[in-house]
Amino acid sequence: MTVALAMAATLADTGAVRIAGERAICDRRGVLYFPEFRLLAVSDLHLEKGSSLARRGTLVPPYDTGATLLRLQTVIADYQPAIVISLGDSFHDGGGAARMHASFRERLEGLMVGRDWFWVAGNHDPEAPADLPGDTVRELAIGSLLFRHEPSAVRVEGEISGHLHPCARIVQQGRSVRRRCFAGDGGRMIMPAFGAYTGSLNLLDRAYAGLFRRETLMAYMLGTERIFAISHSMLRPG
Amino acid sequence: MTEQLRLAEQKAAVVLPEPFVKWFAEKGWSPRAHQIELLAKAQGGQSVLLIAPTGAGKTLAGFLPSLTELAGRPRRRPGQAHRGIHTLYISPLKALAVDIERNLGKPVEEIGLPVTVETRTGDTPAHKRQRQKLAPPDILLTTPEQLALLIAAADARRFFEDLRYVVLDELHSLVTSKRGHLLSLGLARLRSFVPALQMIGLSATVAEPDELRRWLVSQNPPGPMAELIVVIGGAKPEISILDSEERVPWAGHSARYATPEIYNEIKRHKTTLLFVNTRSQAELLFQELWRVNEDTLPIALHHGSLDVAQRRRVEKAMGENALRAIVATSTLDLGIDWGDVDLVVHVGAPKGASRLAQRIGRANHRMDEPSKAILIPANRFEVLECRAALDANYLGAQDTPPLVNGGLDVLAQHVLGCACGAPFQADALFEEVRTAAPYADLDRPTFDRVIDFVATGGYALKNYERYARIRLNKDGLWRVSNPRVAQQYRLNVGTIIEVPALNVRYVQAGSRGAASRGGRVLGKIEEAFLETLTHGDTFMFAGKVLRFEGIRESECFVSNAPGSDAKVPYYGGGKFPLSTYLAEQVRAMLDDPQRWKKLPEQVADWLRFQADKSVLPKRDDLLIETFPRGNRYYLVAYPFEGRLAHQTLGMLLTRRLDRAGARPLGFVATDYALAIWSLADMGHMFRAKKPSLAALFDQDMLGDDLEAWLAGSWLLKRTFRNCALISGLIEKRHPGQEKSGRQVTVSTDLIYDVLRSHEPDHILLQATRADAATGLLDVSRLAEMLSRVQGRIMHKNLEQISPLAVPIMLEIGKMPVHGEADETLLMDAATLVEEAMGTK
Repeated sequence: MTVALAMAATLADTGAVRIAGERAICDRRGVLYFPEFRLLAVSDLHLEKGSSLARRGTLVPPYDTGATLLRLQTVIADYQPAIVISLGDSFHDGGGAARMHASFRERLEGLMVGRDWFWVAGNHDPEAPADLPGDTVRELAIGSLLFRHEPSAVRVEGEISGHLHPCARIVQQGRSVRRRCFAGDGGRMIMPAFGAYTGSLNLLDRAYAGLFRRETLMAYMLGTERIFAISHSMLRPG
Repeated sequence: MTEQLRLAEQKAAVVLPEPFVKWFAEKGWSPRAHQIELLAKAQGGQSVLLIAPTGAGKTLAGFLPSLTELAGRPRRRPGQAHRGIHTLYISPLKALAVDIERNLGKPVEEIGLPVTVETRTGDTPAHKRQRQKLAPPDILLTTPEQLALLIAAADARRFFEDLRYVVLDELHSLVTSKRGHLLSLGLARLRSFVPALQMIGLSATVAEPDELRRWLVSQNPPGPMAELIVVIGGAKPEISILDSEERVPWAGHSARYATPEIYNEIKRHKTTLLFVNTRSQAELLFQELWRVNEDTLPIALHHGSLDVAQRRRVEKAMGENALRAIVATSTLDLGIDWGDVDLVVHVGAPKGASRLAQRIGRANHRMDEPSKAILIPANRFEVLECRAALDANYLGAQDTPPLVNGGLDVLAQHVLGCACGAPFQADALFEEVRTAAPYADLDRPTFDRVIDFVATGGYALKNYERYARIRLNKDGLWRVSNPRVAQQYRLNVGTIIEVPALNVRYVQAGSRGAASRGGRVLGKIEEAFLETLTHGDTFMFAGKVLRFEGIRESECFVSNAPGSDAKVPYYGGGKFPLSTYLAEQVRAMLDDPQRWKKLPEQVADWLRFQADKSVLPKRDDLLIETFPRGNRYYLVAYPFEGRLAHQTLGMLLTRRLDRAGARPLGFVATDYALAIWSLADMGHMFRAKKPSLAALFDQDMLGDDLEAWLAGSWLLKRTFRNCALISGLIEKRHPGQEKSGRQVTVSTDLIYDVLRSHEPDHILLQATRADAATGLLDVSRLAEMLSRVQGRIMHKNLEQISPLAVPIMLEIGKMPVHGEADETLLMDAATLVEEAMGTK
């Protein structure tokens, strides 16, 4: 517990935000932590994406599930959350959980022990993952927050979602940097995809049209050491 | 009449059938000695390599064995089964195949030969391809990729059973790339279908003909090499370096200073071909020429990014001699001859002496008249390089890169292709593959790992057994596990990786697309460049200054920007680094003041100045200068080993300098030199031997430092991407698929990260490292250099910048370090935000 508080304190320097009044930390590893609720949110794990591609003849290395779980294990060890919410598309397809190697399943179940675990249904995994503990929900309200997979078309204060895999790009003097990012305008937040093989979609894409108040929209870009908060006006497409 | 010619004529009477003798006579020609010699050797059952300059009648020579044999063949009677392909002609360029069809048509028609000649390229319509399978032509003109496809077809063995000859054009350019590796494997397959098959290679002059002679024939077991016929070039070309009245700039690549002088040369000649090294140089030169084109001479632009229709128009006009000058890049580089070109101008450094020879061959395709060429160096180092290239040409020295071992990614593609054609036995395929020269040294365990990779990805974690692409059946044969695999293979065949590019479409100024869909497409530009533009930026393309309006789906919208200068220059970097041979020549010239007399006065003065203020490096030495400037300290090294090797050296040295406490801030690399700047006084550190220069430049930097740097390098990620695409690990992206592909495709950078941390010895990473060593990192060349300069490093600690250092110092800040994502950029942007919002 003290560990978690210390961690939160150091990170507050860079990744601290408020969403509908609730205090949260955008962790540069791509998870969102709410100290008041001891709640950790992670989105778009896309576990077993590798084997899903392999089924269709693209034999990418079968290590993505292991890599994703290892990173998840690290952040969970750091924050020791009481509640974990996996914000949908936790598995790349409906058969993912069943295909998962026994060793990975054990590791995942190990992470779930002693805490409340919610699987939010996503478009890739609308059903509850086979034979895994945890509660499967369509959406989940906690305090003034609402957790769901896809951002709603109408603006909902306090909504935390994923699905779109946001990334942001800035250009200066003919050079450019592109990173995954959290996207938030103070009212709602869209989380970056966490999975090892997940791609990303630029925040300026039409898919995000109308979701945010432009004046206050910020991209919290994931750096190797810290989060970089970049205002909407500095972002570039591509 | 010389003895040689008389002998040739006697020989001609023996080997050349009567109708051909008559045809030559009617034309008023006599067959050339090498044409007859090649025919005789081919008739003796041998494979032959013909090395000859452009205009020597190489093509006709290559086809004579086929034409004479086909002439004596009885016509097919109605009802008789169709005969298979007799001769396969393979060229690196589609355009070349089309050109040959035209050229070959003439003798076939005039002699009245019963021979059919057809092309088969990516542009050939499906119905024609189908017909070709049922009723094959006698001579099929095609490309390496089409051969790979033909081999992967179920009826391949039958289709090729009557094959007698394979004619390989521009062999010197084919063999040095992965395309060459794939082709060598294809030929190995053909040899296994038809053991008596004969190869006829046509090539420009090369440094090591024996490499090509071996390449043409089976290397398992190694037998005699292909026969060699060399035609010595005709009249020596008249090449000069522009001795400009103007000041030759220190740095830069535009050669803008010489525009009026170039224009005058165009006026004095019938048709001038102007070659440059990059597309952006072509655009710039074209603009500059039109700026001074008072007589509105027809001057055209030709490069690979322009719209095809536009390119065809230029080529047509060129063939009709309607143009006075054409500004071109390497798209016009290979042996295509059109029109009466009487002058070749080469702007910028020619980089490799053999490239120069090739380009000069363009002028005046009649062998006995001298070609005329002028070299225009864009800066002072290029003056040195041009001089060296010129001397090399007179010496006849040629420096095609040494052949490297065949890529394992290419082998993987071929293995899958073989399986798509017919079930194979691993032992037999291994023996067959080793007949190809690039794979002669392949060992069995590596081959088996490649098969394992093709089957299930070859991972230590055997998760994918049930998804195998090929499977070993009980009969000992590997088979494609399902027809979709073959389908996928056919869509992805080949080794050419296209850089993602967007259509550039003309619209009304200020409109952002929707209203102006009808605008003309000007060509294609790399996505990576367009992504660095913002609305309103101007740049040069298709001979126009354009305003960037925005990107919409797979199109980039631009409008006219009349009268304005292009704001964003784009120097993609010379694609071809300075060759080892030329580098040596340049160093030798610096070391020999006698040779400076042949240089323009201002350049010789520059070198004398350097000798006075600092020192000139000895031929085999490495000169290092250190000096302070502003509040920084600079190190400039002059290895002359090419930009790629220097870039790698720069990366490694900055790591070492950082460890030594020099606090390096950055570096810049050109073809000739490398500059590093730091906060600490490096000159002082070297003199105190903390560290010594010998230690700093020790070869051990290629060990751990290289490994550590490589691990996260974008260069290696890019190399991995190519290997992943060629090997078939992932599919090439097709246009239009990009947007919807977000959830489906997976970026190779992510795969690379995961694979490297879980299975660093995977065969694809092995292939990637092998590529990097010779490709983007040029580690092999760096290694040679480091071993050469051991004990030969000359340190000059100076009070101020030296004359020789000026060019590279001018490049600082001008040359972006592409791709290396830099968090300082993010830091700057974030700080701006923090300041503006008052949070800091």
